[in-house]
Amino acid sequence: MRLAALAAGLIALVLASPARAFEIEQERRFGPADGTPIQVLSTTDTAAFAPVLEDFVARHPGRSIRYVQAASTEIFAAIHDQDARFDLVISSAMDLQMKLANDGFAAEVEMEAPGLPGWARWRQQLWGMALEPVVTLASRQALRDLPLPRTRRDLIALLRENPDRFRGRIAAYDPQVSGVGYFLIAQDDQVSDGFWRLAEVMGRLNARLFCCSGQMIEELRSGRVSIAYNVVASYAARFRPDDPDLVQLGFEDYIFAIVRSAFVPVNAPDPEGARLLLSYLLSDPAQRLIAASAGVALVPGTGPAPSPQLRPIRLDAGLLVYDDRLRRAGLLAEWRAALVQPQAGP
Amino acid sequence: MNGWLRLFDPARIASLRRRLVWQFLVLSAALVLGLFLTVGWVADRASRASQDAVLGAAVTAITEGIRSVDDGLELDLPYATFSMLGAMGDERIFYALAVADRVVTGYDDLPAPPEPALDMVPIFWTADYRGARLRLSAVARPMLIDNRLRPVTVTLGQTRLGQAAIARDTARSAAWAALVFLVVALPVALLAAQAVLSPIRSLAEVMGRRGPRDLRPVRHPTPRELAPLLRALNGLIARLRGALDLAETFIFEAAHRIRTPLSLVRTEAELALSETTDEATRIRLRRMVRAIGESSRSANQILDHAMVMYRSDQFAAAPLDLAALTRAVVRAVAPLADMRDIALSQAGLDSPCPIEGDERMLEIALRNILDNAVKYAAPEGRIAVSLRREGPMAVLRVQNDGRGLSDDPAQLMARFRRGGNVGDIGGSGLGLTIVTEVAAAHRGRFRLEPGEREGTCALLHLPLA
Repeated sequence: MRLAALAAGLIALVLASPARAFEIEQERRFGPADGTPIQVLSTTDTAAFAPVLEDFVARHPGRSIRYVQAASTEIFAAIHDQDARFDLVISSAMDLQMKLANDGFAAEVEMEAPGLPGWARWRQQLWGMALEPVVTLASRQALRDLPLPRTRRDLIALLRENPDRFRGRIAAYDPQVSGVGYFLIAQDDQVSDGFWRLAEVMGRLNARLFCCSGQMIEELRSGRVSIAYNVVASYAARFRPDDPDLVQLGFEDYIFAIVRSAFVPVNAPDPEGARLLLSYLLSDPAQRLIAASAGVALVPGTGPAPSPQLRPIRLDAGLLVYDDRLRRAGLLAEWRAALVQPQAGP
Repeated sequence: MNGWLRLFDPARIASLRRRLVWQFLVLSAALVLGLFLTVGWVADRASRASQDAVLGAAVTAITEGIRSVDDGLELDLPYATFSMLGAMGDERIFYALAVADRVVTGYDDLPAPPEPALDMVPIFWTADYRGARLRLSAVARPMLIDNRLRPVTVTLGQTRLGQAAIARDTARSAAWAALVFLVVALPVALLAAQAVLSPIRSLAEVMGRRGPRDLRPVRHPTPRELAPLLRALNGLIARLRGALDLAETFIFEAAHRIRTPLSLVRTEAELALSETTDEATRIRLRRMVRAIGESSRSANQILDHAMVMYRSDQFAAAPLDLAALTRAVVRAVAPLADMRDIALSQAGLDSPCPIEGDERMLEIALRNILDNAVKYAAPEGRIAVSLRREGPMAVLRVQNDGRGLSDDPAQLMARFRRGGNVGDIGGSGLGLTIVTEVAAAHRGRFRLEPGEREGTCALLHLPLA
């Protein structure tokens, strides 16, 4: 009996494991409850993306969507190693998306996408669908009389001159946990020499590290943090209009813009549905909705034009270097050395 | 469309022009295909070589970025290099960094170099990996790791979809250019075929323009290739002419030889007639004399005919006055008309009527016309001769009041052909033939038509000078 129970348990575990091996943050269904839904695996916050998906099911009666939200690294593992079956995979972690496409997990989709810039797509496989500026947020109340920093250099000076006010009150991504966090640090490292000075200053002030943008904003709104470095703007956009305390610092030296991209996996159960959804996401009405929440248009003419200091990251093979083991190890070692001084120091 | 199809069907190529165009098309199509294949091959080689150079430079750059540090190796994979590698057609990129045989970073299962990579000299090969055909390059470099010298190998592979597409596009562009050229060249080829064949056409035209009895050798300028044809043609003409000459000479000779003894026989018969008194014998002799007269007239006409034929061949026109010539012939015929109490009237013969022609031939023709008019006129009848100008032609009109025509006038022009209503009047059936031949030799025409009220009207048209 016990053996049988154990066997049953094992079988259940084996059956459940491929589907549930990765950690799901949220799951929601859009459209009618019956019928086979289009399976979407995405990093995008469900609440933020809901208007777009609701518009889709409203335009396509009979179609429904099962929307699964997960962290970018979980998504990568699910597709790359666990053979999870989804129709459309959406993620902001450009390097991981690029690696999935490069390694042959993305199917070719014959589709017209007029207006989509060449740097926002890779072959007919990886399709950019949103531009997400990465900004620094500050609490107006916490800054009080201090001038708003206009560049990263200003920010370094501000933090250095007011160590007591900012000690333990700076939020940043933890690159060891967050794929997007690691990717942004790699970008900062590549673009600016001054970044490591900023990292050191933040480390000296005991910056707190978070897994995701949402948590950082929550901490900022609750007043436990004064400055949040590298926050995806679309998360902030949900709170900013009704929270006068939240200030977005658009640095003049550079502002990264991540291209959130989508692909149809080669093993998609419903590639036709995926194609339908993807072509809707790239269509004018969807792009207008997405641009409204991101604050900047990916397809020109669907929303506010990008500001000059906005630096969109290109979807190309160069992104593959960030996933390199040695490179990652080296960068994280550098990051730890810069940020985790108090514990390391005497 | 049907015409086009016929043009392409080699079995139906009966025309030289079609054959030329067809051959041009087949050769051009072969050229287009050849160009497509050649350009594709060359473009593929050239782009492959340049892509190999980029790949080799990339793998070398990565290798040079490897540093030996305390706890192993440090590699700063260059973003720009990867970005550049993928630039042409969004290529997939795979790489591996191995120390000895152990992969330290990158794709563990990337195909290994077929031969050990040499020190800092990239080697290249092609292999299949993850469902794609890869072009790979590897570079090895010895490094000091944990105080031991160990070989470090960097392998870099990329798909070549962009390169293949470029080679394909280049070949396709070349083929399109050749096709456009072909389309542009097609009318040119048609014109060229026409130009090549134009000497044949012009020779045919020259031959077609010749008179029916013109047997001079052809002296038309032709290209070298047509010279054998022309020689053969002239040889044929010469043989034909020889045969005709022989026949005419024979006829001439025969008629001449018959005429002289005939006149002797006639003289003898007339003498015998005057000397005999026996009525039966006289009747017989008179018949004899008449028959001999017929025969000698026939012989004369055969001679005339032979003469006309001969002079048509050697046609030599000289300026002459048709009015004067007609007057002379009318004068010569007048005694004959007087004998039968026929009134001869003339009109339009006073003013000169210049034409170019052979006087002897024209005289024979006019005499035949007038002889006929007198012969078939009613006794005590009338003959009206008139000459006038109609545009570029001189028109001689001879009208009598005789029995008219019983047959189709056109048939009467044939040799030895006589009307159905002339049995009682002697004739050889050559007279009208002679007139027709003379008119044709002068580029004129002759015809008979019924007279206005009665009789027959003969009309001779000759071009004015």
